[in-house]
Amino acid sequence: MSIAKRGSCVVEGPWVFIGPLHLDADVSAHEISIMSSTQIETRNPKIETDLRNIAQDIVRRAMSGGATAAECVVREGDEFSTLVRLGQVETLKESGSKSIGVRVFFGQRAASTYSSDFSSSGLDRMVSSALTLAKITSEDPFGGIPEASLLGSLTGDLDLFYQDVYSLPGGDRIEYARRAEKAALDFDPRIKNSEGGSFDAATGHKVLANSHGFVGEYRRSYCSVAAVPIAQSESGAMQRDYWYSVARTLSKLDAPEKVGKIAAERTLRRLGARKAKTAQVPIIFDPMVSTSILEHIFEGVNGDSVYRGASFLAGKLGQKIAGDNVNIIDDGTIRGGFGTSPFDGEGVPTRRTVVIENGVLKSYLLNTYTAKKLGLQTTGNASRGLAGTPGIGPGNYFLQQGTKSPKELILGIKEGLYVTEFLGQGVNLVTGDYSRGASGMWISGGELAYPVEEITVAGNLKELFFSISEIANDLEFRGSVAAPTIRVDGLTVGGE
Amino acid sequence: MNVDKQLSNRQRFFFEHYGLTESDLERYLAAALSAGGDYADLYFEYLSSTSLMVDESMVKSASQGISAGCGVRVVSGERTGYAYTDDLSAERILHAARTAALIASAPAKATVAGFQKSAARSLYPVTLPSVDAEISAKVELVMRADKAARAADPRIQEVRASYADELRNILVVASDGTFAEDSQPLARMNVSCIAKIEGNSARGTSGGGGRVALDFFFGEKTPEFFAKESARQAILQLDAREAPAGDMEVVLGPGWPGVLLHEAVGHGLEADFNRKKTSAFAGLVGKRVASEKCTVVDNGTMPWRRGSLNVDDEGEPTQETVLIENGILKGYLSDKLSSRLMGISDTGNGRRESYEHIPMPRMTNTYMLAGQDHPEDIIRSVKRGIYAVNFGGGQVDITNGKFVFSASEAYMIEDGQITAPIKGATLIGNGPDVLTRVSMVGNDLKLDEGVGTCGKDGQAVPVGVGIPTLKIDRMTVGGTARKDPGGFMQ
Repeated sequence: MSIAKRGSCVVEGPWVFIGPLHLDADVSAHEISIMSSTQIETRNPKIETDLRNIAQDIVRRAMSGGATAAECVVREGDEFSTLVRLGQVETLKESGSKSIGVRVFFGQRAASTYSSDFSSSGLDRMVSSALTLAKITSEDPFGGIPEASLLGSLTGDLDLFYQDVYSLPGGDRIEYARRAEKAALDFDPRIKNSEGGSFDAATGHKVLANSHGFVGEYRRSYCSVAAVPIAQSESGAMQRDYWYSVARTLSKLDAPEKVGKIAAERTLRRLGARKAKTAQVPIIFDPMVSTSILEHIFEGVNGDSVYRGASFLAGKLGQKIAGDNVNIIDDGTIRGGFGTSPFDGEGVPTRRTVVIENGVLKSYLLNTYTAKKLGLQTTGNASRGLAGTPGIGPGNYFLQQGTKSPKELILGIKEGLYVTEFLGQGVNLVTGDYSRGASGMWISGGELAYPVEEITVAGNLKELFFSISEIANDLEFRGSVAAPTIRVDGLTVGGE
Repeated sequence: MNVDKQLSNRQRFFFEHYGLTESDLERYLAAALSAGGDYADLYFEYLSSTSLMVDESMVKSASQGISAGCGVRVVSGERTGYAYTDDLSAERILHAARTAALIASAPAKATVAGFQKSAARSLYPVTLPSVDAEISAKVELVMRADKAARAADPRIQEVRASYADELRNILVVASDGTFAEDSQPLARMNVSCIAKIEGNSARGTSGGGGRVALDFFFGEKTPEFFAKESARQAILQLDAREAPAGDMEVVLGPGWPGVLLHEAVGHGLEADFNRKKTSAFAGLVGKRVASEKCTVVDNGTMPWRRGSLNVDDEGEPTQETVLIENGILKGYLSDKLSSRLMGISDTGNGRRESYEHIPMPRMTNTYMLAGQDHPEDIIRSVKRGIYAVNFGGGQVDITNGKFVFSASEAYMIEDGQITAPIKGATLIGNGPDVLTRVSMVGNDLKLDEGVGTCGKDGQAVPVGVGIPTLKIDRMTVGGTARKDPGGFMQ
């Protein structure tokens, strides 16, 4: 549970304990609303094939209404989710939906509108509202859709869509969820309760068209299985943790039993947690939390904060911002990747961008607008919702792995902290100030000694990137952002 | 009168715009119960929204949109089936109803005949919802905010001001005879500033709003009010020192720091977690969970407030619910499902993000009642600690009760005096015991300006929070200063 002043600089933190149910990892697909059914066909397939025509038609309507440029996005999706708790089905949800958005330009004035109403009058209203709205916005010399020469789509099968995510009969889907939960409950008698086991499947279909004649589309699929067990100690204190597997095809999804067992292990190791003493000690970030460091760097190289000077990395291109061992890459072209798509939110082909090479900042991540503002070229990282101006999103964005195992990293520490979870949003991307709630394990004599909680970890991101002293060899993509286990020195642990 | 006419028009929204009839609703509910569910409901939603953003003194973004749909829920025992459609034709709604019905497996239930319309209440009676107001007036708001923030101080170099409003028309009908309609406005402004001096920069943010019409921003809470506050915070942070680390006394200022209550106790008292016994508060009703100076309520009936609702998203009227009275836990926040399964009363807290989501117990406006202490006396009583007056947000782990909230404006208190501003720091504590350490409660209860959005299980809903000035005898502060105050490392 979290609360935030949404719309301010504060970004709502990741969903902590039922993370797997929301494919946060995939920024653009997350916005696609999802659903379908084996029992009943939810959509007329004819409509789906028409999406391309609808998108092109909307662009034409905008242009004939006087727009000098226009861009239309159509999204359609189906979702299925089921939650089994203590062996009983608790929720079953399935549906489909579609939505459409248009962005128009009058010279250098822009506006956007969106709708879920696909009737002819609904679409007319959407287009005419956009044309009206554009008259009140400001002339922005950097506005506009990408130049025609930049548009395009990766060719070949990117391995993003598998119909098999819906191939299981309804009963077997529920069984997936039940098996994951059961494996967790059966693992140890101290696992006494559960938030449940779940199975989710989703497919999304996206079409983008613009007035330079670009039209592209792609489909993506997901499925995931998760377990959220609760363990109780003799004193009655409860702890919860979770684990999940997510894949584009059912055939690559981990067995529910494996997911349940890992969830149980992660939960059990939290039992008996105590506070730690305030100290400066080496800290190991488990991959589930080291990705958060990558996300901070992402926000720091995001063109939107860079051109405004709202990033602690603004003006640092070509400079050393991290240790020699730090290499960060964004690659939207990896076959089957969670962050892969043939083109970005503006119709620019995705690509591989080296962000940090041996600690030197090599590139920001940009869309058309921010590239123009900075006098650079777009990196194909535009992300587009239905409304508003395009933002910037990652492709497959990762920290290159090292050679040591996570165990070896821990072995090298006499007294330190192994962080498995962060709570809260205490990161100031303007100044780099960093202060977060944390829990994990205390390291003593090169081993994980006992669980700790109700502590804080604080420092400054500018120093933190230079203090990543070791990077382990356990890189695994569980979403579009991935990082291996890392060791960071020089942070302050706040406790008793 | 014209006002009544407009309101009544809105209350017939789905009947007039989509040609719905009561017999249609009965037919849809019958389809939902065709496989023998215990209960079914339909949630119709039509949401229109506008947003504007000014950056670099230009209106760079303007957008408007509409989304409409219907969610069908069927409950059978503890099981919930859910399906929705964004097409409000009879065919699609019936299809969704039959899909949701599959959660149950028994003969069809008796059909629904007739509805009891809930008494109309009007906590936010706007005659001209902001979504229908002239766009030029909204442009004026963001431009004025931009100008005022830049004028506040030459060190303010970047300003982003935004305005967003929406009008949500809903209709909820259920097999228990529930029939409720509402028209829910929501508007807010936000101003974010970056102050720069050589070698240093800082940010400030401010904003506010509620279930109000556009004229709200032409009253006391003008764009200039939010702009100046945002600029003030950014300038202040330029001089902030490192925050201390470790356990110490904490004084929270009135208003938005009520995020503490939201995280520390509010979520843990939502009935679903307690029904499942996954909350650190499970089984503590009647027990002491706070000092006797603490009385905490959740109140969905406050006029114009961001967290208020005439009826919740299950059609139940909202109410004022006492959660903690003089330190004793009194009860939970409930929706229909949990109240039925737990045998407790429905407090009207069943909320959902949209028609695509299953309702669950959520907070509305959650605050602590004022106490007897003067805020100055509270500060004076602190030997060494921090005074936190503004926060970014917070988060809680319901099961172990650990929560955090992140200060964005805070000061050191040394020998009873507020001294230097400190950098943002996270405060961390344990829900079931943090309020037992409240030793002083101010006489200055204040609610926040109308900025909170709460996330639970992936669903975002607007909420309000509030507290009077509070003194907490011990909390862990997550700073970086290596020595105790007095020996700051710059």
